[in-house]
Amino acid sequence: MKGFGRYMIFLGSLVVRRETFKTYYHLTLEECIQIGIKSILLFMLVSTFMGAVTTLQTAANLVSPLVPKFVVSQVVREMTVLELAPTIMAIIYAGKVGSSMSGGLGTMRITEQIDALEVMGINSASYLVLPKIVASLMMFPLLVIVAAVCSMMGGYLAGTLTEILTPTEYIYGIRYAFNEYFITFALIKSIVFAFLISSISSFRGYYTQGGALEVGISSTHAVTTSIIAVLIADYLLAYLLL
Amino acid sequence: MIKINNISKSFADKIILNGIDGEFDKGKTNLIIGSSGTGKSVLLKCIVGLLHPDTGNVFYDFRNFTEADKDMKSEIRREIGMLFQGGALFDSKNVEENVMFPLDILTKMPKSEKIDRVNFCLKRVGLEGVNKKMPSEISGGMKKRVGIARAIVNNPNYLFCDEPNSGLDPQTSIVIDELIMEITHEFDITTIVVTHDMNSVMGIGEKIMFLSKGDKLWEGSNHDIMNSGVKELDDFVFTNKIMKNLKHGTV
Ligand SMILES: Nc1ncnc2c1ncn2[C@@H]1O[C@H](COP(=O)(O)OP(=O)(O)OP(=O)(O)O)[C@@H](O)[C@H]1O
Ligand SMILES: [Mg+2]
Repeated sequence: MKGFGRYMIFLGSLVVRRETFKTYYHLTLEECIQIGIKSILLFMLVSTFMGAVTTLQTAANLVSPLVPKFVVSQVVREMTVLELAPTIMAIIYAGKVGSSMSGGLGTMRITEQIDALEVMGINSASYLVLPKIVASLMMFPLLVIVAAVCSMMGGYLAGTLTEILTPTEYIYGIRYAFNEYFITFALIKSIVFAFLISSISSFRGYYTQGGALEVGISSTHAVTTSIIAVLIADYLLAYLLL
Repeated sequence: MIKINNISKSFADKIILNGIDGEFDKGKTNLIIGSSGTGKSVLLKCIVGLLHPDTGNVFYDFRNFTEADKDMKSEIRREIGMLFQGGALFDSKNVEENVMFPLDILTKMPKSEKIDRVNFCLKRVGLEGVNKKMPSEISGGMKKRVGIARAIVNNPNYLFCDEPNSGLDPQTSIVIDELIMEITHEFDITTIVVTHDMNSVMGIGEKIMFLSKGDKLWEGSNHDIMNSGVKELDDFVFTNKIMKNLKHGTV
């Protein structure tokens, strides 16, 4: 609970005594590029396989001849948009980007780089962390969209190559009874997750104390705490918005 | 000139600093010495404002820094340069960007002027042709030099150094010490150096404050440190036999 209070104070400190807009603009762009480079390939790889596996497993479970084949791709779509793309990708994002945010900040803390910024009169928390959070808010939803597309393409490849269903059936299923609200819901989720992961990881890293060992510990804590927060938020959002 | 009065600081009921008074002169290298864990770094952090003292005030040329408002604080901060123990260079920036950073943040100089200033400072600390190197690609001694260049780039009136020669070989240490002293005289800066290295004390200790267990026990210069008559200071100065014999005139 004390940790939660400190987290709230930390979030507050991000928005006071800031630098010029131009400074943040550059820092945020840099972060966006970093995040993109770090995660896009992994995201595409994981989501393509997720789509492929979902297709095969759904097909294997739908043995009844009464169920039309296009249901397979419909299931792939629903699972991808609602859960796999935002939530599973959030977990990967926490492991890949969150841990490096916390590790980077932790290293800056123990090597006195944060003190160096403070001596120059810079609000180090907002200077270092705000760009990370804003960049995450912009990049993560984009990555989720890419992942969703890849997942459905993975499903397409797996489904057609193994001749579970024809391309026409697959496309028909993808478009069948489509509810646009689910896309909105997925994007809301991804924005919330992006905020949670980037702010929690930064918080953990920023308040590292000690040496190299503690930096490692903060990174691990950052990942676990972010994942737990994501899962709780996932449940709450489903409860509130669906 | 920097003046401190009655600086106290405790962490979780453990008293680290116990009402320290003192004055640090302009154009001199002022040393804060004492054995490990006596609160030297904590005192330095209180002076530069990285920690807020529990009691007491810090005056930068009669301006009260501890109780200053935001504008006054940032005005004073512009006049401060600091060299950190490990250099504290920004990993993601190269040498040139590191040294230029305070100018980017604190001034509105045009780019070409900034580059001239950076090159001047790098040359002053004896580093040329390393502008594009990353901090991970240069040695510990070079990092200290880059740290000094960054600390003086914005023409500070006050220079702070926390253990400038920890982790360096004795020869490089002396070079760094002398560089700090030369810069102090050349630009007439108020310099405060935290150290527990006796070579530095004898070499550049123009004014020395000795701390022990949170109290200031002695103040003077490297000329009279041998004859202070303070037992704790003697223990600190005469750590080995040769020095002890030297003191008792038996060598
Ligand atoms: N942020 C902090 N929180 C709690 N205790 C601290 C903190 N910073 C320093 N201390 C404690 O204050 C004491 C003095 O530390 P300080 O770093 O000032 O020592 P020092 O004189 O600089 O020693 P050294 O020569 O080894 O650097 C130590 O016991 C340390 O554990
Ligand atoms: Mg120290």
